[in-house]
Amino acid sequence: MRTVFKTSYDADIRLFKHNAQAFWYLLLFAVAILLPFLVSDFLIGEATLVLIWSICGMGLMILVGQTGQASLGHAAFMAIGAYSNVLYQEHFSMPFLLSFPLSGLTAGIAGALIALPTTRLHGIYLAIATLAISVLAEDLIVILEPITGGVAGLFAPDIQIFGFTFNRYGNPVELYWLVLAITFVIVYLYRNLLRSPLGRSFAAVRDSEVSAKAMGVNVARTKMLAFAVSCTITGLGGALMGHFATVFTHETFNLIMSITLLLIIVVGGLGTIHGAFFGAIIFVLLPLLISMTRDSVAWLTGAGSITIPGLEQGIFGAILIGFILFEPMGIYGRWLKIRTYFQLFPFYRKDMFRRQKSYLKTERTR
Amino acid sequence: MDILQLIVSGLANGCVYGLIALGFVLIYKATESVNFAQGDFMMLGAFITLGFTNAHYMDLPFWLSVLMAIAIMGVLGYLFDMVILRRMFGQSQVAVVILTIALGFVIRFIAGAIWGHEPQSLESPIAGQELRFGGLVLGLDEVWVIIVTVLLTGVLYLFFARTKLGVAMQASSQNQLAAYYMGIPVKRVHSLIWGLSGIVATIAGILFASKGSIDPTAGLLGIKAFAAAVIGGFGSLPGALLGGIIVGLVEPFAARYMPAGYSQIFPYLILIVMLVVRPHGILSQIQTKKV
Repeated sequence: MRTVFKTSYDADIRLFKHNAQAFWYLLLFAVAILLPFLVSDFLIGEATLVLIWSICGMGLMILVGQTGQASLGHAAFMAIGAYSNVLYQEHFSMPFLLSFPLSGLTAGIAGALIALPTTRLHGIYLAIATLAISVLAEDLIVILEPITGGVAGLFAPDIQIFGFTFNRYGNPVELYWLVLAITFVIVYLYRNLLRSPLGRSFAAVRDSEVSAKAMGVNVARTKMLAFAVSCTITGLGGALMGHFATVFTHETFNLIMSITLLLIIVVGGLGTIHGAFFGAIIFVLLPLLISMTRDSVAWLTGAGSITIPGLEQGIFGAILIGFILFEPMGIYGRWLKIRTYFQLFPFYRKDMFRRQKSYLKTERTR
Repeated sequence: MDILQLIVSGLANGCVYGLIALGFVLIYKATESVNFAQGDFMMLGAFITLGFTNAHYMDLPFWLSVLMAIAIMGVLGYLFDMVILRRMFGQSQVAVVILTIALGFVIRFIAGAIWGHEPQSLESPIAGQELRFGGLVLGLDEVWVIIVTVLLTGVLYLFFARTKLGVAMQASSQNQLAAYYMGIPVKRVHSLIWGLSGIVATIAGILFASKGSIDPTAGLLGIKAFAAAVIGGFGSLPGALLGGIIVGLVEPFAARYMPAGYSQIFPYLILIVMLVVRPHGILSQIQTKKV
């Protein structure tokens, strides 16, 4: 067990707690960069998808994990990011380097605008309002056909940076590196945000709105900023998703995707950057695992391959129920427990991570 | 006459939304959590009835199947709370929301695996018959939906307002700890309410399936019912019905007088306007806490 002795505030908010931690994260980053030399192009495509989902998940994580505001409508902001990114490139012939940040900004502004009325809501009401936004977005895309292409959808052009072309099928490895770089920047910004006063006020609002107010935090403004930051990141993820999917329609960013995004961060572990990544890995690998199992079952029984529609969602739902019941802190929470067990060996106690029992009171007569 | 026709079919649709919303509100009123799988409960209840009564499956008498489906769904609701939700006792609402969403996924998968993904209609005696009043043609199913919904809302309202168990349910939601002190078996009360809402969902499902057809994605109708519940005021039983009727009435008129594609967004537009103007619904029950 390593004890970090902090002598100043700067030591408390250091990017890495100690040098060994910095070493492990740099090693992870190095492995991520070298990954294309280790695995096949197909797996690199899947890894790209994991990174894109992680970006979207981090966006939602700022809102749900850091600020404690549930959102069931983040696919709408992914859609805004994806559509605006392509429109900026096609109609205003902007380069990707300009259209990409702008698309994030557009999603962020949309998020802030939507936050204006909805931040007065909390808990269930907020979840339902955002749910409605997700449904509305899907219909609006169809209605705004002249801009969005309606049911036919939009075709995302190849990413062009200084004359260099990135295409999912043409050069998946370069696309992976591009997405990895963007992910790295976002993780860095996210980590920095958490150390800033704004990040601290996010946590204050999450833990208790009443005490945050009493400490002088402007709750409405904080929630609005959380929405804006969260939607910006999710919009960036959506823009990348658009390029990765190459063709997208109103059905790409439907309600199920909003819900999936929420489920990803819950399975991964709420309130941590790691959680977004763990959740994305599970979500992307699950269909692969299922199809592998199906093939081996078909091979063992000698029967033809069996396809059960909806199986993936059913299994994902079951996994999620298991996590909420037995490990509410998600995969990252379980990892923390395992790590603490070995760090403290043999002094780990079972109740170390136990949470205080709480009793619910009605929200109707606060 | 045309408008009258639209009103009646809107009312009937609205009553189905209202019934699903009733299920949310029941659970919310008594346990302070929201069941996002209520629409899927409705779908499951309808499919169980269909599995019993349709000639293609077991071919049992209709009313017997209805009773059996209601009993099964009641027990399922009770067990769901007892086995799964009781472990989450005292955790945040959002955790329960996510849990029920996941449950919805699982229910949709199970229903699809058993009954297939094709739309099917329930062979019930109230389906497909017509009543004529002068020039007005009403489906028997629509009349049934309206009557059953109004009766059920009335009974449930009286149950919460007048009976000992109903008051105990309200108490256990307003303050769990205080309810314990008063000797209310809070956990059992919660399970009972989940069973009750399973029953309400089944009735909604049967009515819905006799009005049209049902397939495993029918549970997504629950989202419209959400809009209904919020418009009416979450936590109020008459409010749920009122919200459902508003949503149900707006839809056919929007479909008739607006260009295509706009009609389905109206319930959500009303919902968002409602949340901005009067966040806690028409029959509101909320007061905010001030620092």
